[in-house]
Amino acid sequence: MRVNVIGAGLAGLSATRTLVKNNMKVNLISYQTSERAQSVLAEGGINAAMDVSGESDSYEYHYKDTLKSGCDIANEQAVKNFAKASPDILRELVAIGVPFNSKNGQIVQRYFGGQEKKRTAYAKSSTGKEIMTALIDSVRQYEVEGTVNRLSHHEFVSVKMDISCKGVYVRDTFTKKTEYYEGPVIFATGGLSGLLPGVTTGSTMNTGNAAAELFSKGVVFSNLEMVQYHPTTMSIVGKRLLVSEAARGEGGRLYIKTKSGEIKYYMEEKYPKLGNLMPRDVVARESYLVVHDDNNEPIVYLDMRHLSKEIWKNRLSDLREEIMHYKGTDPAKTPIQVEPGIHYFMGGIDVDVNHKSNIEGIYAAGECCSQYHGANRLGGNSTMGALYGGRVAALSVVADFGEKCKKQEYAMKKTDSEIKDGERIPESIEHTPVITENAKGIFMESMGIIREGDSIQKGINRLRELQQDKRCNEMDIKRLRLMMAMLESAFYRKESRGAHYRTDYPKRNDESYKGLVKSKCDKVGKITISI
Amino acid sequence: MRYNIEILRRQSPEAENYTENIIYDTDDVGETVANMLRTINSAEKILNNDGKVIEPISYEHSCMQKKCGACAMVINKRPMLACDAFLNNVQINGHIRLEPLKKFPVVRDLIVDRSIMMENLKAVRIWAKQENITLDEETVHISYEAATCLQCGCCLEVCPNFVSGDDFVGAAGFVPAGRLLTQMTVDDRQELADSYKKHVYKTCAKSLACNDICPAGIDIEHVLSASNAVAIWNRLRNR
Ligand SMILES: Cc1cc2nc3c(=O)[nH]c(=O)nc-3n(C[C@H](O)[C@H](O)[C@H](O)COP(=O)(O)OP(=O)(O)OC[C@H]3O[C@@H](n4cnc5c(N)ncnc54)[C@H](O)[C@@H]3O)c2cc1C
Ligand code: SF4
Ligand code: SF4
Ligand code: FES
Repeated sequence: MRVNVIGAGLAGLSATRTLVKNNMKVNLISYQTSERAQSVLAEGGINAAMDVSGESDSYEYHYKDTLKSGCDIANEQAVKNFAKASPDILRELVAIGVPFNSKNGQIVQRYFGGQEKKRTAYAKSSTGKEIMTALIDSVRQYEVEGTVNRLSHHEFVSVKMDISCKGVYVRDTFTKKTEYYEGPVIFATGGLSGLLPGVTTGSTMNTGNAAAELFSKGVVFSNLEMVQYHPTTMSIVGKRLLVSEAARGEGGRLYIKTKSGEIKYYMEEKYPKLGNLMPRDVVARESYLVVHDDNNEPIVYLDMRHLSKEIWKNRLSDLREEIMHYKGTDPAKTPIQVEPGIHYFMGGIDVDVNHKSNIEGIYAAGECCSQYHGANRLGGNSTMGALYGGRVAALSVVADFGEKCKKQEYAMKKTDSEIKDGERIPESIEHTPVITENAKGIFMESMGIIREGDSIQKGINRLRELQQDKRCNEMDIKRLRLMMAMLESAFYRKESRGAHYRTDYPKRNDESYKGLVKSKCDKVGKITISI
Repeated sequence: MRYNIEILRRQSPEAENYTENIIYDTDDVGETVANMLRTINSAEKILNNDGKVIEPISYEHSCMQKKCGACAMVINKRPMLACDAFLNNVQINGHIRLEPLKKFPVVRDLIVDRSIMMENLKAVRIWAKQENITLDEETVHISYEAATCLQCGCCLEVCPNFVSGDDFVGAAGFVPAGRLLTQMTVDDRQELADSYKKHVYKTCAKSLACNDICPAGIDIEHVLSASNAVAIWNRLRNR
């Protein structure tokens, strides 16, 4: 029997490597080949307390920074394990040939938001791509020997379940035929940008369909209200273009002009210590506030004109090229206009410290799960979180299913015609674009950087109406359900914490809300929210 | 501005090709082919030039910022990434013709099956069995550049010698090999160097049509000569 890994980004590849090294066989299933996964977009870097900058860094600081920026709602033990394992994972990446910037054979690290020490390693400005290529290469040998059965152009359809998960239905997107694979499942399907097409920095293929299906099947989700707005993005056709935090890590400064023409470095003025490198939730909120202050011109600029040639060449080359290509502006010569944009989903499948969901046989890692980042993710932590999470999920599968998987011969996959065991497989898994567009509109109005109870409630009502729309197919209903849980979680959390800021409850309230908000959907689609 | 979009379509691998014409209006100078297709597909009813309701146009996409290679297609005769093709730049008198890449089997409309590219990387045996690489500072920039290959297939489209299924793997097959060839030790790289000789060196005419077309801007010539130096002449790196 094989372990099914759904998703072939950082988390999926890391899980696959770990499984193979523990003598397990894998079906690696994804919409597209790994080269197309969102992970290739990561530019800025990856965190690990390597302590190479003479600042006496250690994993304890990494752990504390992560927990604190997440406003103390992440699982402490999980974060501790993550921070502790990170340096080893980074060394493993070096050993498979990832060309991190280095000097005299020693990795160089940079400052990133929310961290007082230089802890972010990078490969110029294509960190994610460089790591992905090395991982893809390393998994290829297992594909050749047959240990890994790679099923690209396959999409997840559903899980087969009684009280536990028995296996997974997937569909070949080329032939449109459905297949069934027995065995435990690790989900590594990435974030939810597909619920909000065109307004996030992420991939269009992180459709959110896997999450929507699992939520409707009774898998518990958590932290769904915590959506990260990255403070520096630019609007281009079809998406938001990320201006990596590395731009500020290397010295970029945010400013706004007052109506009287004065220039205000609003982050540096308000936060003398970390300045432009405060955690993302803070920078995004401050940017929103200065833009909405009547004394200011409503445009935030990022000034990088003073960065040295060396920095542009060796550390931010791709970033510069991208901005010039899509916006026609050279950031080395002109300050660029930036706005906050949706960038990361801290919430997802609720997992324990071992990356197990509430359903036996279902595991999750990477951006699709809710782990490590709490109310606000630190830049550089999600790549590492995906790699580490993939490893932990894989080790859990080995512990839970190792013997069983090895004993049972590989159950031949079932094909379309052979799947007749009474399980009803969803017919339509393609969502309806107009419904998604409408839902996105509702989401953007009630789930912004600044939120308010009434408007969230209004959004919930409107989503309920949209669910009655005749054009909705089965997948649309499930997607709307998941989005409903995001809004209901935001309504439930009557306080402000991290990425979740409510004008009607502007203070943090540890007594009632120091924990993850969980959502669960029952058989008839009723959603329960609790903490 | 009004564009006349002509798309070479096919419902399934077995079906016949046909051409669909669609009028597309936009004033956005930043509009790309990929985003245009997304916009066309998200209409409630998609109409062609004859006012007939048509099925959404199938094409691959993911990053929408020329970083993932998904959306490669032939645009006014040139293989390129649809998210990197500004309507303004590619149009000829307001006319844009979209076709699937021709060296691969068509799945539907603009989607082709590029599995052969993955098979070729396996054939070239691109991996490091011993996970013990220490980067060489002299050549690490070549390795970095080689790793940026998108596996989009544009280079294969223009390569006079690439035929799907033949031994020769084209730039998409040898560029990734350069990443490891330049960094592995003599002993560890032997297997890779041998298969490189078989799958690359003997057939590449070095005309470098691939070099001009690569949307990732990879200096293919540079990677090729560095890889040749290592794999064929055992130069460049001798540890
Ligand atoms: C522009 C950008 C820059 C970033 N920069 C950084 C950075 O510098 N540092 C950092 O730490 N983080 C960064 N991040 C975040 C980080 O890259 C991601 O969170 C992380 O890579 C997620 O990895 P993953 O493996 O969980 O998922 P992904 O890489 O998103 O992979 C998801 C996989 O699942 C597959 N899939 C999805 N749904 C289905 C389905 N239904 N059926 C089959 N397959 C499916 C996809 O095809 C894909 O293979 C950045 C993100 C973006 C968008
Ligand atoms: S140099 Fe010419 S023959 Fe060689 S891969 Fe490029 S296009 Fe093909
Ligand atoms: S070498 Fe360039 S053109 Fe060829 S597959 Fe790689 S990125 Fe595409
Ligand atoms: S969508 Fe990724 S390269 Fe075009």
